[in-house]
Amino acid sequence: MKLLEELKYVETHEWVRVEGNKAYIGITDYAQDKLGDVVYVEVPEIGTVVEAGDQFVVLESVKAASDVYAPISGTVVEVNEELEDNPALINESPYDAWIVAIDMSMPTEVDDLLSAEEYKELCE
Amino acid sequence: MQLIFEISKKGRKAYSLPKCDVPEAPVDSLIDSKFLRKESPDLPEVSELDAVRHFTRMSQRNHGVNSGFYPLGSCTMKYNPKVNEAVARFDGFTKIHPYQEEETVQGALKLMYELDGMLSEITGMDQFTLQPAAGAQGELVGLMIIKDYHLNRKDEKRTKIIVPDSAHGTNPASAALAGFDVVEVKSNEKGLVDMESLKSLMGDDIAGFMLTNPNTLGLFDENILQISEMVHEAGGLMYYDGANANAILGISRPGDMGFDIVHLNLHKTFSTPHGGGGPGAGPVGVKKHLSEFLPVPVVSKMGDKYYLDYDRPLSIGKVKSAYGNFGVLVRAYAYILSMGPEGLREVAENAVLNANYIQNKLKDKYFLPIDTECMHECVFSGIWQKEKNGVTTLDIAKRLLDFGFHPPTIYFPLIVEEAMMIEPTECETKETLDEFISVMRQIAEEAENNPELVKSAPHTTVISRLDEATAARKPILRYTK
Amino acid sequence: MTRYIGNTNEDREQMLREIGYENISSLFKSVPDSVLLRKKLDIPEALSEMELVKSIKSTSKENKNTDEYVCFLGAGAYDHYTPSPIDQLILRQEFYTSYTPYQPEISQGTLQAIFEYQTMISELTGLPVSNASMYDGASALAEAALMSCETTKRKEVLIASTVHPESRQVLYTYAKYRNITVKELAYENGQVSLDDLKSKINKDTAAVIVQNPNFFGIIEDVELISEIAHENKSLLTVSADPISLSILKSPGEMGADIAVGEGQSLGNPLNFGGPYLGFMAVTEKLMRKMPGRVVGQTTDKDGRRGFVLTLQTREQHIRRERATSNICTNQALNALQATMYLTFMGKEGLREVAEQCLNKSHYTYNELIKTGKFRPLFTAPFFKEFVVISEEPVSLLNEKLLKNNIIGGYKIEKDYPHLKNGYLIAVTEKRTREEIDTFVRKAGE
Repeated sequence: MKLLEELKYVETHEWVRVEGNKAYIGITDYAQDKLGDVVYVEVPEIGTVVEAGDQFVVLESVKAASDVYAPISGTVVEVNEELEDNPALINESPYDAWIVAIDMSMPTEVDDLLSAEEYKELCE
Repeated sequence: MQLIFEISKKGRKAYSLPKCDVPEAPVDSLIDSKFLRKESPDLPEVSELDAVRHFTRMSQRNHGVNSGFYPLGSCTMKYNPKVNEAVARFDGFTKIHPYQEEETVQGALKLMYELDGMLSEITGMDQFTLQPAAGAQGELVGLMIIKDYHLNRKDEKRTKIIVPDSAHGTNPASAALAGFDVVEVKSNEKGLVDMESLKSLMGDDIAGFMLTNPNTLGLFDENILQISEMVHEAGGLMYYDGANANAILGISRPGDMGFDIVHLNLHKTFSTPHGGGGPGAGPVGVKKHLSEFLPVPVVSKMGDKYYLDYDRPLSIGKVKSAYGNFGVLVRAYAYILSMGPEGLREVAENAVLNANYIQNKLKDKYFLPIDTECMHECVFSGIWQKEKNGVTTLDIAKRLLDFGFHPPTIYFPLIVEEAMMIEPTECETKETLDEFISVMRQIAEEAENNPELVKSAPHTTVISRLDEATAARKPILRYTK
Repeated sequence: MTRYIGNTNEDREQMLREIGYENISSLFKSVPDSVLLRKKLDIPEALSEMELVKSIKSTSKENKNTDEYVCFLGAGAYDHYTPSPIDQLILRQEFYTSYTPYQPEISQGTLQAIFEYQTMISELTGLPVSNASMYDGASALAEAALMSCETTKRKEVLIASTVHPESRQVLYTYAKYRNITVKELAYENGQVSLDDLKSKINKDTAAVIVQNPNFFGIIEDVELISEIAHENKSLLTVSADPISLSILKSPGEMGADIAVGEGQSLGNPLNFGGPYLGFMAVTEKLMRKMPGRVVGQTTDKDGRRGFVLTLQTREQHIRRERATSNICTNQALNALQATMYLTFMGKEGLREVAEQCLNKSHYTYNELIKTGKFRPLFTAPFFKEFVVISEEPVSLLNEKLLKNNIIGGYKIEKDYPHLKNGYLIAVTEKRTREEIDTFVRKAGE
């Protein structure tokens, strides 16, 4: 299982990369492995307001639909359009394949997220 | 093989029509050209023989019950008696229009009336609607009845339907479609409804409990009467998912177990053909206190005349045009008459015996999560093979294809990891079962000694495993030139 | 044992012995005594095959069928011609006795048939994405309404009062439990009133639903309706008669987002109302919102073309309570029958059928009016079915016709009480001039 030190993690298997007030969100290597081939990514519309813990993205594999939960509260400001044509990126390179970016309304929430080390323990 | 569109050639045809013997006018003189299509739809142009060969070849790429053993759990792939096809094809059935005057369709109405009576007797209910086109639509009707029953009593806070975690996916989907919230109740270590969990869910917001009994693990819930009592006491109704009722025919009746509503799948228990995925029929039976909510129309009888009764103000309405999948009803009617009361009981006995026979003969080779007598089907897990040899249930299923067997239902029920759900039905002989058992044992050995052979199966089919991920990522859903 | 059971008594005993049970009832010990049935089911005793055939044949004879009687009844179910190879091919057991194609390696027959069906439906409707079929036209229409509400996040549906009454009833049933409001649009001269549509459409309108040709047999001006619907960001559903689509503009061409319809006309017998099939096709954009099974093309590991069930995550067995619909089975065999029909009739045949329907219905209409016993009701163009007002009550008229071996038209007053003595007559390609002339003569007497 691959992990990046600089990212933050959630026990529901999302990762967060903070850039200024923006949080880029994707799923972990562990999650993509469990899910199998991702075939479709259902993203929220830009402008959608989410609270931490809300189900806001659905990842579809051939025989499953899995919810992704917002690790952080805020407004969806970007979605990764590349995934529309090539959802396999999530399997190939999970830490490059961000799914959405959120403009954080409560940046302090980041402090509650897990470090790579903590997340690793959780998965073991 | 080629698609019909790929063998099409301009100018070929496979039809003949008589010359139009009334005065003909150009189409655009009768209909304004702004409503007309510029080009005819691009349908195939083939000769009759080519079309016949095309469909014949296509059929040869399918496995049916008549081809070989088909132990697809929860689908009850029993033999579809030939005589049922013969009687369903009588002109008096296939060539009658749904809106003919009632006095011209007395035979059809009589058949439906009698089928209602027989299904009621078999399930211990009071009245059936034959309208639902399939099991899932039957569920929807049953849930709509539950909703209206409570609303009619001004009991408006009942918004929840309880569904076990072992339930078919249609149960929660139907409940949602009928406007209910779905609450899941856990199964206990015996595979039955966990009574404590169920108790904790009881309250005045419970509209009903949907239960399959025997459940999808093939187990009969021994607490069924206590469950009904508990749900009724809380003011809820009991819904019986009778999609697979093979094990209870003449043995036990949902009506006597305390259920208020039942749906049956005629294409499973009552032998009508599955047709590659339909048509089916999903009649719904209810106890007397719910019959006024049944969809309209209901077939009734006055004196010796049968009629369609639309005058039912509390009815949930219609879910389908006309009166149901009548052609399917004829076949089920013929089946029940062929079997009689003793025959139906023999169905249950042999279905259960066959399933237990397989269960016992395989449980040293495959993990049996719940080791007790099963009903019409048994559920194994491929977990031993997966952990030891990296061979999954999917691989085992694919390997079965090489032996000419249709695999069991796999990865269902969801509560069993690597599930294999085997339903042999009563129709199969001991010899067929023995052959299947021996193949399953062989595959278990292959998984140990030659796992690659299993993982790369099937080896003998017209195509090998398909790339389903690409199919879903870049859907090609029609032929384009 | 009966003839449909495999084991002999000896087999049973041997099997029980081998697995360590004394008798059959010991296998049922999980069934509590209190719910064991202690009597024999009170249903008729078993019949032999000969007795069965005789008994059911006599029941079937109590029905008057469209071979013995000449049928002018339509109203959504039609007496069209079916080429003879279909009756034989449809009985191929590999199609007949298989189930849902869960194992594509041994189900390519069913899967390819559905793929061809989807292609043909797409071709007829002018919309790119078709599902594998639904229960019937009425429930397909109701599902289209639910899908529209789900997609637009709106809760109101406008449906033309010229849509088949049973389809509207089914829609009301489905809508009621989802808190969806259904409003009907008035008609003028047998077509949807555009003024009424304009006055009723608003920001809550998820769907506008029309039928073309409509229940009166009349052709709607769908393009105008489409403009009004889309200006309001509502989705347009058109329910169509597939036979008509060989000459009429397709729903897709006229701007429909969803096309549905009753597929019975395509080679499926009348069967007293079922089993039929509902078809549904949608735009690319709605693909993942569409209910029902879908087959897609792909390749196997050796590069060979093959077909699989795809986009399955929409469905109940995966999404459970969040599925796009609870539908599980399609009407595979009926869809196959439709595919065969469209193959055997082909491009030219289907058009010829439509043109004969058109000419024969217009001939019948003109002849009926000439008798002086019927008067026109609408002047808008019609396809294979039309409404006239009869001088005498329709029930009496049909009684008289029945005595002359004719099944008369539909009493439209049942559904439109203000259309007193309204008579809906369908004329398919099967009707000969002689039959039509007899019908007109008897009806005009």
